[in-house]
Amino acid sequence: MELAYGHPKSLKSIQTKYCPGCGHGVIHRLIAEVIDEMGLQTKSIITNPVGCSIWADLYFDFDSVQPAHGRTPAAATGVKRMLPDHLVICYQGDGDLAAIGTAEIIHAANRGEKFTVIFVNNAIYGMTGGQMAPTTLIGQHATTAPEGRDPINAGMGYPIRVSEMLATLEGTRYLARGAVNNPVNVRKTKQYIRKAFEAQMRGEGFTMVEILSQCPTNWQMKPLESVSWLEQNMITFYQLGEIKNTLSDAPASQAPKA
Amino acid sequence: MAEEIRLMKGNEAIGEAAIRAGCRAYFGYPITPQNELTAYMARHMIAKGRTFIQAESEVAAINMVYGAAATGARAMTSSSSPGISLKQEGISYLCGADLPAVVVNVARSGPGLGGISPSQGDYFQSTRGGGHGDYYTIVLAPKSVQEAADLTYEAFSLSEKYRVPVLVLADGLIGQMMEGVVLPEPIDPATLPRKPYAVGHAQEMGRDYNHVSSINLVPDELEAKNRERFQRYEVIKKELCRYEEIEVEDADIVFVAYGTSARVSHGALMMARERGLKVGLFRPITLWPFPYARIAELAAQGKRFLSVEMSMGQMVEDVRLAVNGKSEVYFYGRCGGNIPSQEEVFAEVARLLGK
Ligand SMILES: Cc1ncc(C[n+]2csc(CCOP(=O)(O)OP(=O)(O)O)c2C)c(N)n1
Ligand code: SF4
Ligand SMILES: [Mg+2]
Repeated sequence: MELAYGHPKSLKSIQTKYCPGCGHGVIHRLIAEVIDEMGLQTKSIITNPVGCSIWADLYFDFDSVQPAHGRTPAAATGVKRMLPDHLVICYQGDGDLAAIGTAEIIHAANRGEKFTVIFVNNAIYGMTGGQMAPTTLIGQHATTAPEGRDPINAGMGYPIRVSEMLATLEGTRYLARGAVNNPVNVRKTKQYIRKAFEAQMRGEGFTMVEILSQCPTNWQMKPLESVSWLEQNMITFYQLGEIKNTLSDAPASQAPKA
Repeated sequence: MAEEIRLMKGNEAIGEAAIRAGCRAYFGYPITPQNELTAYMARHMIAKGRTFIQAESEVAAINMVYGAAATGARAMTSSSSPGISLKQEGISYLCGADLPAVVVNVARSGPGLGGISPSQGDYFQSTRGGGHGDYYTIVLAPKSVQEAADLTYEAFSLSEKYRVPVLVLADGLIGQMMEGVVLPEPIDPATLPRKPYAVGHAQEMGRDYNHVSSINLVPDELEAKNRERFQRYEVIKKELCRYEEIEVEDADIVFVAYGTSARVSHGALMMARERGLKVGLFRPITLWPFPYARIAELAAQGKRFLSVEMSMGQMVEDVRLAVNGKSEVYFYGRCGGNIPSQEEVFAEVARLLGK
C-alpha cells in the first residue's frame, strides 16, 4: 500500500520547543516535505538564524550552519558559493532579516545569491519576549511599544514590506508571500517554497518566500485567536501572492521584458 | 632551477601567498592601507574560478568567511583596524564554532577613524580575543614582505590544525612597502581533504548530519566545550611560540619589538653595538601565544628590557607579565601613525645605559 501522508524524512519526529500554535513548526514541515519530494535531504543545508528558530537544527534532519544575529544571508552566501550544487535555505525572522540584518539581506538579494530565503514574518521579536519588530503593525502592542506602535508621535517608524522592497532589486528572481494561518494558505505557501527551491536548483537568482506566521505567545492570544488576528490584520497589510516572478518558467505576463 | 625572487608590495604578497595556500574564498571591504590586497584578490581569485566578493561591510565579509569555513573551504578576509573592530563579533562566532579562517589586519592608527599611517595599537584587540567570550586566536606578526607571505601561507594550515582562526597582524608599512619575495609552492584547493566537521557532501562522506553552531544553553556543556578549547590553547602554547633573537646573549638591555618596530629596533641595535653598547633584540613572531617563558629565562639572567612599540604601550604589559618583577622593563613608543626612528630608539637605550 502506498503511504499517502506521513512524517517527512527530513524532519525528526521529536517534540519541538515551539509554543502551541506557533507558525515555525508548520513552516519547518513544509520545507521538509518539499525537500523530501525533491529528493534533496542529503544535499540540503539550512542557515538557521538567531531567533526562536535557532532550534531549527535540532529538528531538521540535514546539515546546518548557525551564524550571528542578522548575518544569516552573509553566511548563506559563503556556504552557497562553496557548494553551488547544494540546496541552501537561509531561514530568518523579521528581527534578524529586517532590523539587524538589513544590509546583509539587501546585498545578498542584489548580488542575486542563488539560495532561498524563508522569511518568517510574525510581526514581533519572539525569542526575546515580544519587542517591536520592523514588521510590527501600526497600533500593535509590544513590550517596547506598550501603547502600540506609533510611527508619528513616538517616532517608531512604519511596518516594512520587505518583499515589495526587495522586488526593486534586479538580483531578485522570485519573491512570494504566503501565510500559515489556514490550510489553504499553508498549501499555497508550500507551492511557493517548491517553486523557489526548484529555481535555486536550476541556478537562477535570488529567491525568497515571506511567510506570515503566528506568535500567539507574544501576541498574547490563544492559538485560535492568533490565526484570525493574522487574517484580519496582517494579510490586509501584507498582501499575499507572488510579488515578483522573473524565473525562466514564469507565466508570460510576469516574464522579464526583453 | 633557482628560486624566482619577485619584487612585490606586502599587500600583494599576502594575497598571492593566500592563493598559493589554496584559499578558495576571499571576502573584503575597502579600507586603506590594505586596498591593494582586496584588488589583488579580485584580479586573481575570479580569474582562477575561485570566490571573490566585495562585501557590503566588514561585518558581512567575516560572516561570509564563517559560511565558507563551515563548508571546510580555506577562506580569508582582510581589513585594517576599524574594520577589524567590526569583524570581532564574527571572529568570536568562528571561535565558538571551532572554525578555521584567516584574518589579515594591515593595521593603522586609532582610536576611532584615527589615521591611515602604520600603527601597533591593535595589539590588545588581537591578542586578547577581541570579541566577546573566552577565547584566543593565533596571532602572527611579520616584519617583512617575505615573512608576510610565509606567515599568511602557513596561517591556513595552522588554523586547520588547531581549528582556531589565525590573525596575521601586519601594519601599513609592511602592507605598502616593496621588497623581494620568494613565493611558496602553490597548493591546488581541489587536492585538500574534505573536513569531517564541515557541512555539505553528507552522502559522499558517509556521515551523520553536521551542525555548525556556537550556541549551547546548558552551562555544564558550554563549560566543557570551552575547557576543551582551552586544552587546545595549551597545546598551541607548547608547539607554536615563535620568536627571533639577535645578539641577546651578552646584552644588558634587550629590545622587545615586533613587525615594523622590530626593524627600527634592529637599526638602533646596530648603532649601539658600533658604540660598544651591549644591546640585543627579542622579536616575538607569534604575539599569541606570546613567548613568556623565553623572556622569563632572559630576565632571570638579569637582562633588562625595552619594549619598543608604535602605540602608547600594549605589548609591554606582556613583557612585564613575563618578567614578573625579576628585572626592569622600560617602554618607548610613538603613536598616531608615527614610526620611531632608529636614532631616537638608540638615544633612549643609550640614556637607559647611562651613556
Ligand atoms: C547581536 C545580538 N543582538 C541581540 C540579540 C538578542 N536577540 C535574540 S533573538 C532576537 C530577535 C529575534 O526576533 P526575530 O528575528 O523576529 O525571530 P523570532 O524569534 O520572532 O522568530 C534578538 C534581538 C542577539 N542574540 N545578538
Ligand atoms: S515565542 Fe512566538 S515565535 Fe517563538 S516559539 Fe513561541 S510562538 Fe513561536
Ligand atoms: Mg519575529
